[in-house]
Amino acid sequence: MDLGQIQAYAYFFFTAFLVIVLYAYIFHLYRAQKKGTRDYEKYGNLALDDEVSTKPLEKIEESEETPKK
Amino acid sequence: MGNQNPLAYDYTVAKLFLFTTVLFGIIGMTVGVLIAFQMAFPELNYLFGEYATFSRLRPIHTNGVAFGFTVSGIFASWYYVGQRVLKVSMAESKFLMTVGKLHFAVYVLTILLAVVTLFMGITTSKEYSELEWPLDLLVVVFWVLWGVSIFGLIGIRRERTLYISIWYYIAAFLAVAMLFLFNNMAVPTAIVSGHGDWFHSVSWYAGTNDALVQWWFGHNAVAFVFTTPIVAMIYYFLPKESGQAVYSYKLSLLSFWGLMFVYLWAGGHHLIYSTVPDWMQTMGSVFSVVLILPSWGSAINMLLTMKGEWQQLQTNPLIKFMVLGSTFYMLSTLEGPIQAIKSVNALAHFTDWIPGHVHDGTLGWVGFMVIAAMYHMTPRLFKKELYSKSLMETQFWLQTTGIVLYFSSMWIAGITQGMMWRATDEFGNLSYSFIDTVVVLHPYYTIRAIGGLLYLVGIFIWAYNLYKTIKVGRDLSDKEINVNASPMSAN
Repeated sequence: MDLGQIQAYAYFFFTAFLVIVLYAYIFHLYRAQKKGTRDYEKYGNLALDDEVSTKPLEKIEESEETPKK
Repeated sequence: MGNQNPLAYDYTVAKLFLFTTVLFGIIGMTVGVLIAFQMAFPELNYLFGEYATFSRLRPIHTNGVAFGFTVSGIFASWYYVGQRVLKVSMAESKFLMTVGKLHFAVYVLTILLAVVTLFMGITTSKEYSELEWPLDLLVVVFWVLWGVSIFGLIGIRRERTLYISIWYYIAAFLAVAMLFLFNNMAVPTAIVSGHGDWFHSVSWYAGTNDALVQWWFGHNAVAFVFTTPIVAMIYYFLPKESGQAVYSYKLSLLSFWGLMFVYLWAGGHHLIYSTVPDWMQTMGSVFSVVLILPSWGSAINMLLTMKGEWQQLQTNPLIKFMVLGSTFYMLSTLEGPIQAIKSVNALAHFTDWIPGHVHDGTLGWVGFMVIAAMYHMTPRLFKKELYSKSLMETQFWLQTTGIVLYFSSMWIAGITQGMMWRATDEFGNLSYSFIDTVVVLHPYYTIRAIGGLLYLVGIFIWAYNLYKTIKVGRDLSDKEINVNASPMSAN
């Protein structure tokens, strides 16, 4: 097997691997939503509720722990 | 981060980029219309000696609209959307504010120098990469500054989750950085060999390799300048303007990864029937067809966001711009893969169908989205009501007519041209000479130029409307600004 063939096989299997990863990710997203582990759809509100004065949807932990001056 | 004072978003840098979006839009598109008329009426090439020839002006048009108008619009929207969805103000970091201003200064300097050098005929002759190495270095500087701004703002954010638009901005930043660096690798001839002007360079790659790298870059410039950051914009501005959360956040995530995965491999379709290996051409074709899925995933997601609220299409011209924008995105992401199929490409390659395809994407999708984003931002940036809704309506219909004239004439011209080039008589001789095709195409070139002119008139209306908004628009209170639909005067 010459180098070109090895490259071609490597390319094919790498592509197939990435396709599996992508589908696994899609499966993960929908299963997490269905099982209630994580509600992805709520993040759509980040665009609507975007005033600096309103409460963040999920506040960063560190800033929560910082004592208010 | 202090949160003891009433905090407000700081739009200083967004305003600066808003001005350059309008300015470079006018320059780039005026030149575009001129060269479109030159195609129909060649005498127009001799208006200003060498400086107004088609070959000198064409790179000014492409660079002006892509790296002037569009990139300015992307930056303006970043300095607006970035703060809002991360819930952090630029005013909270002196460092980021300085970076933002420096980003703008280096960017404007680069684009102005680009215009001057291209007018002078200084070019690498690589399509969409015409700028010589000293300017490339400046591009690197302002691009890195943008990166510092993106990751700096993310670093001090209050909102933990990065909204989908931020993902797209990050992708645009990273991918363009990689593409730009590799495609512009060049050897400055004066430094290395003592020959040629100090600014002159030759590509690091040679022959077919140069072509491959060039179109890997060229097509991904479409991906990461004309697509990903524009998708970032529509994912924010359409939900915000309509008051409807994105139809499916999960679909937005998987379309994102699908787009990232597929787009980078599609560039080979520019080199079908050339000297690159056959498997590479096939790969370019296949990935181009697969690309329909993630592209339509985003576009359908946008259209479904309007579910139950379609009456807004009648009442709000900004929704019109954005909905038609995503529809044109669907059209051009279907048309592109069709052209990438080998048998279709045999007919379409080198014909006017290609600029037709480019322009239904850029005028319909990119242009409309940038126009809508700037319209949405202006009342918030200046606390003024948009000057005229009826002017926006006029602009919309003029420009839509212009786009339809543009792409329909180029479809007809391209297919006619392709058919005439390949026509042979019973003995296998070519039926037509090149000039025969030119004679037949002349009316379509005229129609295309008129279509472009209509779009340009729309750009002037847009600039006028924004100018009047800032100058004489009714002052708005904070309460009037903090709404979804952009406040606009009905006159």
